[in-house]
Amino acid sequence: MSREAAKYPGLNLSSAHGKDHEAAESLMFGFWVFLMSDAILFGMVFATYVTSVHATAGGPGPYQLYDIKSIFVETLLLLASSFTFGMASLTLKYKHSTPRLVGWLAATLILGVAFLCFELHDFSTMFAKGGVPSRSGFLSAFFDLVPLHGLHVTGGCVWLICLVGQIARYGLDTKTKLGIMRLALFWHFLDIVWIAIFSVVYLAGLT
Amino acid sequence: MSLPYVLAHPLGRLSLESLPFWQMLQDPSEANVINGVIATGAASMVVIGAIVTFALITRYRKWGVLWSHWLTSPDHKKIGIMYVVLAFVMLARALIEALLMRTQQAFGLGGGFLSPDHFAQLFSTHGTIMIFFMAMPFLTGMINYVMPLQIGARDVAFPVLNSISLGLTVAGAALVMISLCLGTFSTGGWFGYPPYTEASFSPGVGPDYWIWALTLASLGSTFTGINFAVTIYKHRAPGMTFMRMPLFTWTALCTSILMIFAMPPLTVATAQLALDRYLAFHFFTNALGGNMMHFANLFWLFGHPEVYILILPAFGVYSEVVSTFSGKVLFGYRALVMATMAIAILSFTVWLHHFFTMGQSANINAVFGIASMLIGIPTGVKIYDWMLTMFRGRIRFTVPMIYSIGFMLLFVLGGISGILLADPGIDYQVHNSVFLVAHFHNVAVPGVLFGMIAAYHFWFPKAFGFRLNERWGKISALCWIIGFMLAFFPLYGLGLMGMPRRTVAYSEPTYVPLEMVALLGAVLVIVALIALVVQLWVSIRQRHANRVFAGDPWDGRSLEWSISAPPPEYNFAMLPRVTGRDAFTVAKENRSAYQRLDTYEDIEMPKNSAMGPVIAAIGFSLAFGLVWHIWWMVILSFMAAVVTMIGRGFARDTTRIVSAQQVRKEHHRWIDAVASVTAISRADERTPANGGLAQHETEGVVP
Repeated sequence: MSREAAKYPGLNLSSAHGKDHEAAESLMFGFWVFLMSDAILFGMVFATYVTSVHATAGGPGPYQLYDIKSIFVETLLLLASSFTFGMASLTLKYKHSTPRLVGWLAATLILGVAFLCFELHDFSTMFAKGGVPSRSGFLSAFFDLVPLHGLHVTGGCVWLICLVGQIARYGLDTKTKLGIMRLALFWHFLDIVWIAIFSVVYLAGLT
Repeated sequence: MSLPYVLAHPLGRLSLESLPFWQMLQDPSEANVINGVIATGAASMVVIGAIVTFALITRYRKWGVLWSHWLTSPDHKKIGIMYVVLAFVMLARALIEALLMRTQQAFGLGGGFLSPDHFAQLFSTHGTIMIFFMAMPFLTGMINYVMPLQIGARDVAFPVLNSISLGLTVAGAALVMISLCLGTFSTGGWFGYPPYTEASFSPGVGPDYWIWALTLASLGSTFTGINFAVTIYKHRAPGMTFMRMPLFTWTALCTSILMIFAMPPLTVATAQLALDRYLAFHFFTNALGGNMMHFANLFWLFGHPEVYILILPAFGVYSEVVSTFSGKVLFGYRALVMATMAIAILSFTVWLHHFFTMGQSANINAVFGIASMLIGIPTGVKIYDWMLTMFRGRIRFTVPMIYSIGFMLLFVLGGISGILLADPGIDYQVHNSVFLVAHFHNVAVPGVLFGMIAAYHFWFPKAFGFRLNERWGKISALCWIIGFMLAFFPLYGLGLMGMPRRTVAYSEPTYVPLEMVALLGAVLVIVALIALVVQLWVSIRQRHANRVFAGDPWDGRSLEWSISAPPPEYNFAMLPRVTGRDAFTVAKENRSAYQRLDTYEDIEMPKNSAMGPVIAAIGFSLAFGLVWHIWWMVILSFMAAVVTMIGRGFARDTTRIVSAQQVRKEHHRWIDAVASVTAISRADERTPANGGLAQHETEGVVP
């Protein structure tokens, strides 16, 4: 297996994919730039959270609201989903069978949906303890940051379903391949954001 | 909000009271009648303008052409033109508002005729429009048109996304326009500081109009920035290395990078304010742990880079104009590139100077004050570079050149007042006074607006194939320059005399004479705008005499002049090979311009797409529903947006082929036309003899 210089961010398809590899160059770069813009968005929301963490206004704070066990399970689910997506990308790159690719994508989807279910359960527990966003500046910032990530994951899941639909309709054509590659970048990006949330929000909040 | 309430109010907050003349009819006091008549007049202008436009398009059966050749076109040139049209429409509205405000202040001793709320709406819409719906579309349109031509590309990297960006911007602009007819706009200024704009102090629809108009526009600009940056990084013609790019393209790149990184803070700020207003969050409220300083920081983290997003492309325009109309290579190209980059980076380090007086320690203020002053250095470098480009050049006083010289003189003054304001000690004295208003208009008008109008004159012949009338152009330029000076220099004095900004009325008679001068200036600026309209009208009527189909009316230096005017949709019959800076000048010197090709190839171009107008309609209805709490409209629009995006994902077959035969035919037609026009010297540049072919002149020598 010869090594080729990377043409674009993320896993490169390699020249074995011919024009698909060429077409990926500016699209993948563009999507990466979009993610950098999105990273600034998250950065701003993180900044809001970090500067609001003591603004509990007499309401419940991290100790009363966060459940580290549940968060840990969510983290494992999301990390596992990044692994399964990585396997899907490799399947795509080395042209293994399409059912195998769809299998890895389906595994990713299941893990993603499981993550969202746990997260919603967390939120409802917080609500039950009086941790609603209108209670304090701290809770506003929390419910801006963590659900923003959750919304991204939801969007990623919808996108994933649509891509499987495109595979069913068109097979693995250029556009489907590029879609999977972009979703891969997106998914791993959300994983990194989650690690930041896990560290900055939950670990720092409970120490 | 309970379900029965929602069901009982299918139009949300929308009612007869939302109409601009309702209050006047209910309570016909003198003040109500005056303000009602003005508001109704403005609303009628919008409605009548829309009806007349619709009627004319129907009368001349142009709906088909409009749809298939413009609205759904992914062509960067057409999208660029549509952006500039939007900018001019919005410029007209915001200038009329400026005239109204100046009139109010001129007669504001002890009252005036506008109510404080009406006046507050005027300065809020004026600022919002000028920044987001005039300057931004203008420069986005110019970059859209020119940049791909300058780097030898067929289109931007993502043509349909480009059309969607335009759609989002138009939807935002439409929201600001409809706020004239239904309800009122925000009274919180163009930066909408909470807690004043929170639901507790501004419960009406005004801040919501502001929030969603900005959100739409900022999304559009983020996508635009990504699109331009990827185009410049990935779609340059062979040989077009970074240090061979024309300076306008360099400034386009820096502006795009700023858009990518500076728009998200605005999105976050407006989204958080929306969460506060709609879902009772506490980001910026007074109570329960909210902190408005978060908003100030987020907004100006966007707001300061934003002023460089606006000014950098104008600097690019001046670089092209000064070099072309001096007949010389740009002096200090490398220094100009570095200065542009330096400004782009420094722009992220100074945001705090917008609120020196809001409670930081003196040391922090000092750091940001020094950083702000540092920006004067690269900007000063640029001014010297332009002056040295003109030095011993063959200078022609064309309209763009007049704007450029006006810019150089006036912008330096604006810059110096900026250096003054960068000193926190001085800022404490004059902040929130009209001194500040004078300062930022002094950089925004001669800087951004003159630059964009210069660009409009400079590239108009390229876009439409004929030159603009010089005489009316000069009249307009002089009115702009003198009108600007009369309108804003008095404000420096008034500011030092202590007049606060946004004053609807005052009790200090010594303000009156300077206010009158400023009013005269505003009138002159309106005359300048009218002169621009007359110029366009006259130029269209005389277009046959002023055709420049050969494509090079000004002895241009970069690749956009190396093709016909207007260019074919695919821009270049064959992508150019670039061997040096000022690629077209090099080609003219070594006689490789205007060549027939041996072989022609099929060219793949993007197909038309309805995504742009569809997203515009969805974005508008979503935002309108949110403003008026019409929840069924919000839900339907949101679902429509999701379905549209998913549908687009399933679209295949999105390109079409322009046949080699057609490329050959069009290219030969142009080469034949070039052969049939006489090359003219620079002395005949502004006469009908100019057919768009330049005589070869030795650099810098006066013939």
